[in-house]
Amino acid sequence: MDKTLKISKIKDGTVIDHIPAGKALKVLNILNICENNSISIGIRVSSSKMKEKDVIKIENRFLEKIELDKISMIAPRASISIIKNYDIIEKFSVDLPQKIMGILKCNNQNCITNSGEPVDSEFNLVSSSPLTVKCAYCKREMSDNEIINNL
Amino acid sequence: MLKNKSLISVSDLDEGDIENIFEKADYMCQNMNNMRQNEPMKLKILATLFYEPSTRTRLSFESAMERLGGYVISMADSKTSSFSKGETLADTIRIVESYADIIVIRHPLEGAALLASRFSSKPVINAGDGSGEHPTQTLVDLYTIKKELGDIDNKEITIIGDLKYGRTVHSLLLALTRYNVKINLVSPSNLKLPDYVYKEIKNKLDINIINDLEQSIEQSDVLYVTRIQKERFTDKNEYYKLIGSYKITKDEAEKMKENSIIMHPLPRIDEIDADVDFMKKAKYFKQASYGIPIRMALISMIAGD
Repeated sequence: MDKTLKISKIKDGTVIDHIPAGKALKVLNILNICENNSISIGIRVSSSKMKEKDVIKIENRFLEKIELDKISMIAPRASISIIKNYDIIEKFSVDLPQKIMGILKCNNQNCITNSGEPVDSEFNLVSSSPLTVKCAYCKREMSDNEIINNL
Repeated sequence: MLKNKSLISVSDLDEGDIENIFEKADYMCQNMNNMRQNEPMKLKILATLFYEPSTRTRLSFESAMERLGGYVISMADSKTSSFSKGETLADTIRIVESYADIIVIRHPLEGAALLASRFSSKPVINAGDGSGEHPTQTLVDLYTIKKELGDIDNKEITIIGDLKYGRTVHSLLLALTRYNVKINLVSPSNLKLPDYVYKEIKNKLDINIINDLEQSIEQSDVLYVTRIQKERFTDKNEYYKLIGSYKITKDEAEKMKENSIIMHPLPRIDEIDADVDFMKKAKYFKQASYGIPIRMALISMIAGD
């Protein structure tokens, strides 16, 4: 049996694991990746927990809270490992916030938050599965793909 | 207690609040002529900011404040205000809150009244936010049912018209979840109640969605008619296709029970024949007149000493 790792280890950086299969590129899309960050992506990797999953490893990059919140919208069960000198120094799951502030645009074009007012968008979590959030201003609900498209 | 509180949604009111408003409105009805002399709102100023056309709502708020002995300042036309220069609503509210003790706002965008309340230290009343809510119209509607039929509970209410964009319908349905009523919803297929409203009420109300008014008109206690909201259509051709898709005629109205009533938040376009106006059941003009005591009650409870 071939024991070669499909994605090699990183020295310093972040591993985003347990991303739903096929959604890794959407996660990458919301992260500002710069030239210093080399990235490895595994798409549809077999997983004991999820059958299939995506994995992202980013060198020399540690995530901000706002980025973790955005990831939780795409991959509510993602786990994050912080790597220093090839060792995992911290591992945690993303946490879906009950109140989602400033990271999601309301899908309702007639919502006051889309009109250049000096306010952050504001959503309340309605359900985590299926992921559904409700705009605090216009009361419209958004779910799954609508959420991802408005991150 | 409503004192110094904003009224953005009917959800801001509990049953006790609604009963208190109705009691106060009864008092206003009985003492309409004395209120101006007693001046309970003396030296208080109400600002009306209307970014969308209005006749009844704005004038009834202004009339209510005048009858309470208070003053009114008004931005009647957003085209002649700094809104037309690109000023944000937040900035306008930051200024107006220092000019007035209570602010009434109507705006074409959903959530505008909530935003205004967050930038104002003075209470804000939502007089309509896009196709969102219109809570004071709902108070007028509930008060009308109570005054004309004696009670709201145990009534069958048929709502016909633009259930998609009609904010009065959205607020009314949310408020009716507090009562034991049966609801029939009738609309053209592309003007059905939006999912986000339906989800809020589906487990709290006995709702029957029907295609034809004939299925409910004979047993209804209340027929609540709304116009098609022309101003909310991005494609005006879609609006013109729907014109005349439902109309309450005298023949239709005669099928209703003896003591039933016909309501409409107005303005009416062509959805109720003028012949119906002279029938005992036609209560829409009376309904509009209840806007005064209800808004007098609200203003005095929110901004009174």
